[in-house]
Amino acid sequence: MTVTATPTTDSQPGYKWVGTRPVRHDGLDKVTGRARYGADLNLPGMLIGAVLRSPHAHARILSIDTSAAQAMEGVKAVVTGADFPMLESGGEGSGEEYYDPRDLCRNVMARDKVLYEGHALAAVAATSRREALAALAAIEVDYDVLPHVLDVSEAMAPDAPILHDDLITEGVDPIPDEPSNVASRYVIDRGDIEKGFAEADVIVEREFVTQPVHQGYIEPHAVVADVGEDGKATVFCSSQGHFMVRSHTAELLGWEPSRVKVIPAEIGGGFGGKTTVYVEPVAARLSQKAGRPVKIVMTRDEVFRATGPTSGSKIRLKVGATRDGRLTAVEGSMAYQAGAFKGSPVSLGCMCAFAPYAIENVLLEGLDVVVNMPKVAAYRAPGAPMASFASETLLDEVAEQLGIDPLELRLRNAAEEGVRSVYGPVYKRIGFKETVEAVRDHPQYSTELGPNQGRGVASGFWFNFGGSSSATVHINEDGSASVLTGSPDIGGSRASMALMAAEELGIDVYDITPIVSDTESVGYTEVTGGSRVTHATGMAVIDACRKVVTDLRARAAKVWDVDVEEVEWVDGRAQHVSGDRAPMTTRDLAAGAAGTGGPITASAAVNARGAGVAFSTQVCDVEVDPETGAVTILRYMTAQDAGRAIHPSYVEGQMQGGVAQGIGWALNEEYIFDTGGTMENPGFLDYRMPVASDLPMIDTVIVEVPNPGHPYGVRGVGEVGIVPPMAAVANAIHDATGLRMSELPMSPVKVLEAIGANGG
Amino acid sequence: MSRTHVTCTINGDPAEFLCEEDQTLLDTLRDVVGLMGVKEGCATGDCGACSVILNGRLNCSCLVFAPEAEGATIETVEGMAGPDGLHPLQETFLEGAALQCGICTPGFLVAGKALLDRNPDPTEEEVRYAVAGNLCRCTGYDKIVRSILDAADRMGEAAPAS
Amino acid sequence: MPATLRAVLRGLESALSSPPEEELRVRFAMRYVAPTSIEEAVSVLDGAVAAQVYAGATDFIPQLRMGRPEPGVAVDLKRIDRLTDLRREGNTWVIGAATPSARLAEEDDLVAELPGLVEAAGLIGSDQIQSRASLGGNLCNASPAADSVPAMVVNDGRAVIAGPGGMRTIPVASVVTGPGTTSLASGEFLVELVFDRPPPQTADAYLRFIPRTEMDIAVVGAGARLTLDEAGRCQEVSVALGAVAPTVVMVPAAEDILVGHTLTDDALKRVAAEASAVCNPIDDKRGTKAYRRQVAGVLAVRALKLAADRAARTGS
Ligand SMILES: Cc1cc2nc3c(=O)[nH]c(=O)nc-3n(C[C@H](O)[C@H](O)[C@H](O)COP(=O)(O)OP(=O)(O)OC[C@H]3O[C@@H](n4cnc5c(N)ncnc54)[C@H](O)[C@@H]3O)c2cc1C
Ligand code: FES
Ligand code: FES
Repeated sequence: MTVTATPTTDSQPGYKWVGTRPVRHDGLDKVTGRARYGADLNLPGMLIGAVLRSPHAHARILSIDTSAAQAMEGVKAVVTGADFPMLESGGEGSGEEYYDPRDLCRNVMARDKVLYEGHALAAVAATSRREALAALAAIEVDYDVLPHVLDVSEAMAPDAPILHDDLITEGVDPIPDEPSNVASRYVIDRGDIEKGFAEADVIVEREFVTQPVHQGYIEPHAVVADVGEDGKATVFCSSQGHFMVRSHTAELLGWEPSRVKVIPAEIGGGFGGKTTVYVEPVAARLSQKAGRPVKIVMTRDEVFRATGPTSGSKIRLKVGATRDGRLTAVEGSMAYQAGAFKGSPVSLGCMCAFAPYAIENVLLEGLDVVVNMPKVAAYRAPGAPMASFASETLLDEVAEQLGIDPLELRLRNAAEEGVRSVYGPVYKRIGFKETVEAVRDHPQYSTELGPNQGRGVASGFWFNFGGSSSATVHINEDGSASVLTGSPDIGGSRASMALMAAEELGIDVYDITPIVSDTESVGYTEVTGGSRVTHATGMAVIDACRKVVTDLRARAAKVWDVDVEEVEWVDGRAQHVSGDRAPMTTRDLAAGAAGTGGPITASAAVNARGAGVAFSTQVCDVEVDPETGAVTILRYMTAQDAGRAIHPSYVEGQMQGGVAQGIGWALNEEYIFDTGGTMENPGFLDYRMPVASDLPMIDTVIVEVPNPGHPYGVRGVGEVGIVPPMAAVANAIHDATGLRMSELPMSPVKVLEAIGANGG
Repeated sequence: MSRTHVTCTINGDPAEFLCEEDQTLLDTLRDVVGLMGVKEGCATGDCGACSVILNGRLNCSCLVFAPEAEGATIETVEGMAGPDGLHPLQETFLEGAALQCGICTPGFLVAGKALLDRNPDPTEEEVRYAVAGNLCRCTGYDKIVRSILDAADRMGEAAPAS
Repeated sequence: MPATLRAVLRGLESALSSPPEEELRVRFAMRYVAPTSIEEAVSVLDGAVAAQVYAGATDFIPQLRMGRPEPGVAVDLKRIDRLTDLRREGNTWVIGAATPSARLAEEDDLVAELPGLVEAAGLIGSDQIQSRASLGGNLCNASPAADSVPAMVVNDGRAVIAGPGGMRTIPVASVVTGPGTTSLASGEFLVELVFDRPPPQTADAYLRFIPRTEMDIAVVGAGARLTLDEAGRCQEVSVALGAVAPTVVMVPAAEDILVGHTLTDDALKRVAAEASAVCNPIDDKRGTKAYRRQVAGVLAVRALKLAADRAARTGS
């Protein structure tokens, strides 16, 4: 079957392929059902694994008796925490890959305590799911149930139940001698905060509350692990980084990484939530014990109870501004739920909240608080959305009090090249202003509003990451090229890699085969996360392609017996500067490769720096039903600086997807716990993510202010889109009703309460 | 455990399979018949990833017991492309970048086909409600809805005017 | 009952007599039977311990996934013609208890005559769910939030029930006795639902509130039906609320306030207050007591207005 679709040709000036919209290379498999995701592999003799999870939010495990389960028909292996080495703290990741082995090993299998409802504490492998579930039911666990805590304020109270006896707050002086639930304190302290507020003509201050929300990927975590006679494990799973799965799985099993080979399945969404391991090491240990392949697929209920989410938060912020709208000072404190183990993204929240603006006097404190819910995982621009909900709502209030258009207020304070960011570094070229102007100039911003309707704007910032990536490029015998990388393709990155390779090699994008290779076929590559793939892996691909082109020129020089400097690479062909020799294509050169030095191939690896920061500004129009509190999104538009859009369709897709998630977070999504700490809504019917009829078309404007740190100017585009929506919606609700919503989600119940409290 | 024998028609071909009586159609299509294009996102009817057309109606295969398929006709994503190539929906999804991770795509394609089979010229709102039982977390639905509308146009142009 | 089926059930019963239930569930998976006549279904149910009838399974299967124990036998009612029928019979509409909701909207005359009932059934879940979800299942699942029930109740629906003692007919309103419980005796099941065709100048409406636009369970539901006279005054009024009490609650005061009058703002305001007052709601993950009370009044009024518009349009 061939692809009948044709690409549009709206390439960027100066580029042939970059900026066009070819059909993605993996598309055909994905529209015909042929693509293999995590749960789509069955092996002969495969066992089904299932995980026993705590029914208690906080309890000491007095004993686990697996003997009855072990003896049941069809049960081939049982594991508990005792089957995994106890790891201790140490090891540092970077960016979204931060983890502590001590915590990770205890999260994957509880040891002495269960710390949240859903915490894994044993697992079985059996010949069928029915038998596996029966075996779980036969495992006897004796718990000493402890009081639990979910709310950050309660967790910080002096009499709070303590999750970890050895957790001493970091970042405070003097070092406390008692354990607490505050894992760390992070501070940004710049300028002179008192002076800043003294200069202010208006000061606004508010407290905000947000609830934990889940990444909500549609594909549950799934893995097949097969440990062979030689003791080596082959792991097939979907993740945002199979090298991450390899290193974590090996570490948690007490192995060297090379003992584990991870084959990446297609991944059905991650949004940060698949940047760590849950069932992968468990399946591997079960397989090792049983001597057969083991498959574990989480149920949706398990996904909610045991993976993700991101933090709920309590935030207090205070902003000062002069009469003419200059921001003079920001001060505040943010406490984020970390879940059962330290590591909430609160420091990132502090850094991002006011990053779009040039503000000199800043004092922000971030507290990382452990509570009895699943350990939070990265979620699209981790930490930034809740902080920006607070900061961007306050800016709207400042604009209102000063009688300045909210976009104008943002323009007056916009950070630009050379400005020192709130979080420290000096900005290189950035495109924040351009995103604000794009919203201002968009027709939606001047569309007339009807009764009960309102309009809100908000901006957002995300760093983007670079990091380690590898790529290998082969020229095939027919002159086509294979591009191998180690970055799982979540949203069209194969197409972007192929476009960059086509641009460099000068051959047709459909003559490139972009491949996501397993951990033994390509060099180490960090996770697909932090909006880093097009940037960092793209740089590796470009480097590898440039090496290949150098080689191709050398081959041509050899054939022609000329100096390599006399050979140019133009449009996928080697040309002699004199023009009097017939140019040679990749096919010609590949055909003669044996005589010119063997196969044509090159690899490159980068540790990319200079991931350009990203900004987004968005406008939302809503209608509020004053009798029910229902908020309808009428229109939505988002402008984002992509640096350079390699494949504009997938840039737009990232922008739209981020907005949709943000709208869900704004209006309806939340973890709801009962008094025992049990999640009450662990399914899609009551964890209310937006459905198609909830949303309008989401208009996009891609702003392109090239990133000086990338050969084509690429900036990450995956994350920043989720940062502004909560404040944009809140500000629109304010415009429609006059109400300031300071709690998420802004559900009909809360909106109607607010209307009622306002005497409506 | 004894198994039940089911005879049905899958994607136009006669098919037989053995199932356990409490197994869902989703599980048998995937694990017994081998049609892995039918996806599981929830197993409780909430996400639509498992959508199939069963006896002419759109269904969540996770909410059907496999023995119910006796005598039934079942259409899955695997049967959408014909000998002449892709279904127009598959084409417009590819061209319109209506998939990011792609896990929801089979369900949307099947739901889109069920819609266009019964309403060849839907409005945007009709499309949005028709696929409201299909969750997509990646796209924000914009490009999916556009692609379904584009496919309707394309099929309308291809159909002989009457 | 076919001999093989009987053998299966007997085997199951003897198995049931010894080991404790937990173990049993493991060794004996649920059996599936699909009787093709009411008599056969009655005898299956009569013979089997722990049998459960089902129609669309849109409640049944999710409940199994959430950990409810499997019954010994699942009795699929959809192969009984009468249970998946939809017909006009004399002056009534007869809807099979297992008829999928999607069928209702496809029957133009039914849409014209009982638009509120059709829209209530049409609100149940997505298109996928519509292909399966039945009125019988919606009613017998006995969720306080079931969308079709207030609409059935305002239309004075009757439920035809089959069982070992033969057939009987009771008002829809007396089927549900509390959350998850019905007045059906063991071995009984619902065969069909019967509604009188409306007289002239009569119409119904159903509205519900959900936080999203689809795929949610009602936080509040309101069904209304009224008959107008030539001058637009109400002759008969019926309002029923869902999801605001353990079972559907009527708003009898609506009749007192509105009969003999037109729908003035003032009258409607009083109806709203009465609707809020009859609620006996709970706080749960879907809404608060206060919210449900307030919105019950809002929806009752909106449903009445919609029904009145329709009734005026039906003419005489
Ligand atoms: C995604 C999703 C969305 C939903 N949305 C809604 C919604 O918006 N509104 C709403 O009201 N509901 C909703 N539901 C719930 C469900 O779809 C409805 O209650 C539906 O009407 C049930 O019908 P069914 O035929 O599938 O019932 P089944 O699941 O087959 O049966 C439900 C119960 O009724 C019993 N039963 C069924 N038929 C009979 C009979 N003839 N006699 C005696 N007992 C019987 C069964 O034993 C079972 O206990 C939703 C469900 C899902 C999965
Ligand atoms: S898997 Fe069937 S609806 Fe989600
Ligand atoms: S494309 Fe990922 S869920 Fe739809």
